[in-house]
Amino acid sequence: MNKGLPQDYLPLLIQFSLALGFVVMTIFASTYLGPRLRSKRKEDPFECGIESQGDARLPMSVKYFLIAILFVLFDVEIIFMYPWAVNFKKLGWFGFTEMLMFVGFLMAGFYYIIKKGVLNWDED
Amino acid sequence: MEFILLIKGLIILTIFALSLGIAAYETYFERVIAAYIQDRVGPDRAGPFGILQPLADAGKLFFKEDFIPTLADKGLFIIGPGIAMLTALMSSAVIPFGDTLLIKGQYIPVQGMDVNIGILWVFGIVSLGVYGILIGGWASNNKYSLYGAIRAASQNISYELAMGITLLSVIVVTGSLSIRTIVGLQHGIDWNIFYQPVGFLIFVTCSLAECNRTPFDLPESENELVAGYHTEYGSMKLGLYLFSEYVNMFISSAIIASLFLGAYNYPGMDFVHSFLTGKLGESFGHNLATVLGILVYILKIFFFIFVFMWVRWTLPRFKYDQLMNMAWKWMMPLSIVNLIIVAAAELSPYPLLFNYIGLAIFAFLYFGSRTVYNNKKSKL
Repeated sequence: MNKGLPQDYLPLLIQFSLALGFVVMTIFASTYLGPRLRSKRKEDPFECGIESQGDARLPMSVKYFLIAILFVLFDVEIIFMYPWAVNFKKLGWFGFTEMLMFVGFLMAGFYYIIKKGVLNWDED
Repeated sequence: MEFILLIKGLIILTIFALSLGIAAYETYFERVIAAYIQDRVGPDRAGPFGILQPLADAGKLFFKEDFIPTLADKGLFIIGPGIAMLTALMSSAVIPFGDTLLIKGQYIPVQGMDVNIGILWVFGIVSLGVYGILIGGWASNNKYSLYGAIRAASQNISYELAMGITLLSVIVVTGSLSIRTIVGLQHGIDWNIFYQPVGFLIFVTCSLAECNRTPFDLPESENELVAGYHTEYGSMKLGLYLFSEYVNMFISSAIIASLFLGAYNYPGMDFVHSFLTGKLGESFGHNLATVLGILVYILKIFFFIFVFMWVRWTLPRFKYDQLMNMAWKWMMPLSIVNLIIVAAAELSPYPLLFNYIGLAIFAFLYFGSRTVYNNKKSKL
């Protein structure tokens, strides 16, 4: 076991087909079992009873995009740390200090974005 | 090979049915616990003690109108809940539900598949789950849904960082990404929670956020966003969204229990194993010990599911800026500090002792510097 051969992943196919079968079956079943009553008002987007105004493809706060970009940056840094963590005991104190430096640079960038006010949600 | 694959197939079928069944009954227990906490009666109509309530709910959802708004993107509108459910059901493949079963002289692990990237698989699949919410919310073409979806995506990715770093501190101790190896190293009561209590707390909090549970359920906060990303959904498509949340809750409870509480390990397991094999013979005794281990694991999972519900009916919801500040300004630095302490302690001769010494030093430095800073500020 645990050799990482392709046939180790075979059970995954079973699980995937089971899950896909369940999802597809459920969606089909609910489509055909329920009643179907169409009306103009009902099929409008829900806006708490008032007439719906325009399209929902609205521009939104740029903070969300900044968060997404920061996530990509930081997550890539964290991914770099996985091989280090797996080989941690072999690398010993040398690996530890190296990673401390890496984390130091990471935190310097983190300090910069906090000072820049990227994460201040209550002000524009 | 054929025989092993057959057994594996059976195990996967069982795990699949188990996760669906547990997810269905979580909805029941959620209502029972809510009723108990709020001093109400709770579900008691369907069957004795309302035990058939999940079946009634599912049946009702199936016979509701399956409705697609005219302005919605039809294809994506259907795919959204499908992805949410699919990803929720896929991640249980690598979770080791028990030790090995001895069948016809072969030891077969009670696990869908034992691969060396186990925990990465779970994280990868779970982070795909956000696409289900994002696609569904965007495709509805409803402002509330859109905001719910964006909030969900933003929140999930923010908490994933702290979760990933905490996971690193577990991997530093175990040196493996296979969940079976991680669990195997926590033999008896040598559980990871004692080595990294801070990591455990961060991980549980992040799991709450990742499952969109209260106090982090901003994506579906009723008083601001009607129902959040599933405002336009009805029938079993809505059911799939709600159901996937409960399956995710089960999976994350299982992950917490296996990373920090030693999954199927319990104190005295070696004694029980040798006692049972001695009394009942090698094969049957071994299998019975494994089944006991599985029961212990299920008990731990139920405990965490209960904690999830307990938190839901105890704590109020955060504001969105509080939520984001907590993820970025508290959880992430704290998890990095925790990682450094755990790593340094792991290289020292006594990991357990040095870990607590490190935490104490950090707490002293943090609170000390805060006191000094506050004193200076009040003097000015």
